[in-house]
Amino acid sequence: MDILKIGNKEFSNRLLTGTGKFSSKKLITEMLKASGSEMITVALRRVDFAAGNENIIEYIPKNVVLLPNTSGARTAEEAVRIARIAREAGCGDFIKIEIITDTKYLMPDNEETLKATKILVSEGFHVLPYVMPDLTYSYKLVEAGAAAVMPLGSPIGSNRGIRLKEVIQILIDNIDIPVIVDAGIGRPSQAAEAMEMGADAVLVNTAISAAEDPVAMGKAFSLAVQSGRMAYLAKLAEESKTANASSPLTGFLRE
Amino acid sequence: MKIVVNGKVENTDQDTILNYILEKNLEPKTVIVEYNFKIVKKDTWNNVKIKDGDNLEILNFVGGG
Amino acid sequence: MSFKDIIKQYEDFNIKDHFSKVTLEDVDKSLKKDKLSENDLLNLLSPVAAERIEEMAQLSHKKTVQYFGRTISLYIPLYISNYCSNGCTYCGFHAESKMKRSKLSLAEIEEQAIIISKTGIKHILFLTGESEKATPISYLVEVVKLLKKYFPSISIEIFPMSVEDYSTLKEAGVDGLTVYQEVYDREIYKVVHPYGRKRDYDFRIETPERGAEAGFRLVNIGALFGLGDIASEAFYTAIHAKYLDDKYPNTEIAVSLPRINSAENEFEQEYRLDDQTFVQYLTAFRLFLPRVGINISTRENAEFRDNVLPLGVTRYSAGSKTEVGGYGEQDDDNVPQFDISDTRSVDETVKMIEEKGFQVVKKDWELINE
Repeated sequence: MDILKIGNKEFSNRLLTGTGKFSSKKLITEMLKASGSEMITVALRRVDFAAGNENIIEYIPKNVVLLPNTSGARTAEEAVRIARIAREAGCGDFIKIEIITDTKYLMPDNEETLKATKILVSEGFHVLPYVMPDLTYSYKLVEAGAAAVMPLGSPIGSNRGIRLKEVIQILIDNIDIPVIVDAGIGRPSQAAEAMEMGADAVLVNTAISAAEDPVAMGKAFSLAVQSGRMAYLAKLAEESKTANASSPLTGFLRE
Repeated sequence: MKIVVNGKVENTDQDTILNYILEKNLEPKTVIVEYNFKIVKKDTWNNVKIKDGDNLEILNFVGGG
Repeated sequence: MSFKDIIKQYEDFNIKDHFSKVTLEDVDKSLKKDKLSENDLLNLLSPVAAERIEEMAQLSHKKTVQYFGRTISLYIPLYISNYCSNGCTYCGFHAESKMKRSKLSLAEIEEQAIIISKTGIKHILFLTGESEKATPISYLVEVVKLLKKYFPSISIEIFPMSVEDYSTLKEAGVDGLTVYQEVYDREIYKVVHPYGRKRDYDFRIETPERGAEAGFRLVNIGALFGLGDIASEAFYTAIHAKYLDDKYPNTEIAVSLPRINSAENEFEQEYRLDDQTFVQYLTAFRLFLPRVGINISTRENAEFRDNVLPLGVTRYSAGSKTEVGGYGEQDDDNVPQFDISDTRSVDETVKMIEEKGFQVVKKDWELINE
């Protein structure tokens, strides 16, 4: 069995999903069923008294692991506060750290993210930081005890695919904890590409929830992730590189 | 008495957190409450008395990626 | 987790059985890859891969130029003491040898440093026998401070130390550590190290990790070929280097492939690494470890050194003497640790490297201290 271990949990499905932007919450339940996704993100917000409150958690089957995010946080302190609240609310020990101050591209702040990771790891959380792909920061996150690193493929919601491919490949090749490509994946083929590269998992939200048929799209992504993973494990045939022998280098051995 | 809820000042006659939540028609099991910046567990909501000037933060889970 | 735990996982691994299943197609597949797995490494170390030695050499050359450019960095060794408390059966300096022992005074070291620095090489490797008593850390710190006046880059090949002691030497100015496991086979290790502190296999194998943790910029490992089964020793050396390279991104890792020089101590050699296999392993190392430095010392003869130069090598020693204080005028009874095969001077070596179309690096860096 090809198992992905994050924190203290094991997953057989490598598609992580999100609950944002679904037209109806019921679709979340159906999408989870169709895709087989075993981990899904949720966000914390102040209650909107006018709109009343509907509990999104109710729509998520018990066997799916909740991954609360710290969206809205602009500093490590705020992220830590949100994480503690989420845990207190019974969401378990997983937390996706998302700290964003840049409102134009919504790029994460790696420095604050590292700070928050250190604090939350010390409090027993399984921390999944959403980061700009950066090898040095990733090493520091590993050292800080992060459960995974989640580099962005391209800006959140942009559906542009793995634009940061070269750097993400370097992370995949060098980081010992799971590398989960988060943000920017717009099509199943891009999810497959990330998996072929050797990513341990992908997180897809908008591309599923904003599809005309989110349930079918959830399944399409799940199949793409499986296919990409299988190709990675089967070891892609390398493009042929023939050694163009100019002058022999080992002739001296036969003299 | 005047209290601050989710950043806004308002008047309330409710004596405990639990009663305040119920008055607002919120389902207790779906919300999380910070009382004066500290999370209070649901089973103690009935015992936490609201005083003038208190700060309540009432949160719930929503969709997000 | 350390490499000690990794190598334990191979206790039941039989490399000969594994090799018996490797086909030429397996080797060709591995040669087409850009990133080689451990299994690919085994394919390239297998006897069938000998048929692809020219292809391996071409690829290795290409990869080396890609990662290192056409450069060869030069270093020069200085033996400052041959007191030793270990009983290594293959080494001329072992504790029971009746040879005349000596240890250089600081003044003598300075004399040697002046002679060496005139060659223009700014990377020095200073060596001692493994005797903490004869060459305590206080002495070593003084040596480093003195050498620092002449050499911006100082490496050590001395008795294994704790992280704390390595840190002290790093503070004093050491930037590189060379420590050979000698032999990765635990049983043979015990036999050839009958006594002395070196007998502790685990302490030895974790030494490169302690060096990296102390913050040395360069850590150089290796097996002494001739002590154990050559293919296994090559395999463990390579995965050891890979482990260090992965675990310590801030440290440059290098490997050496020293072969026992039979003049040493009349050691009965059961295993022998011939030239052809040497080249196969050297190129397999390069393909498996594209970023790792590869050293060739003057244990190898001049002709062989010239021939392997383009095959993946990145560092050469030059103009070496392996007697304590061997530079300048010598007494007749000064014993070398091993016989130098390539006896050319630094200038002659430089000329050869340049003729081969490589740039010689005599000085790679200088740390700027406040």
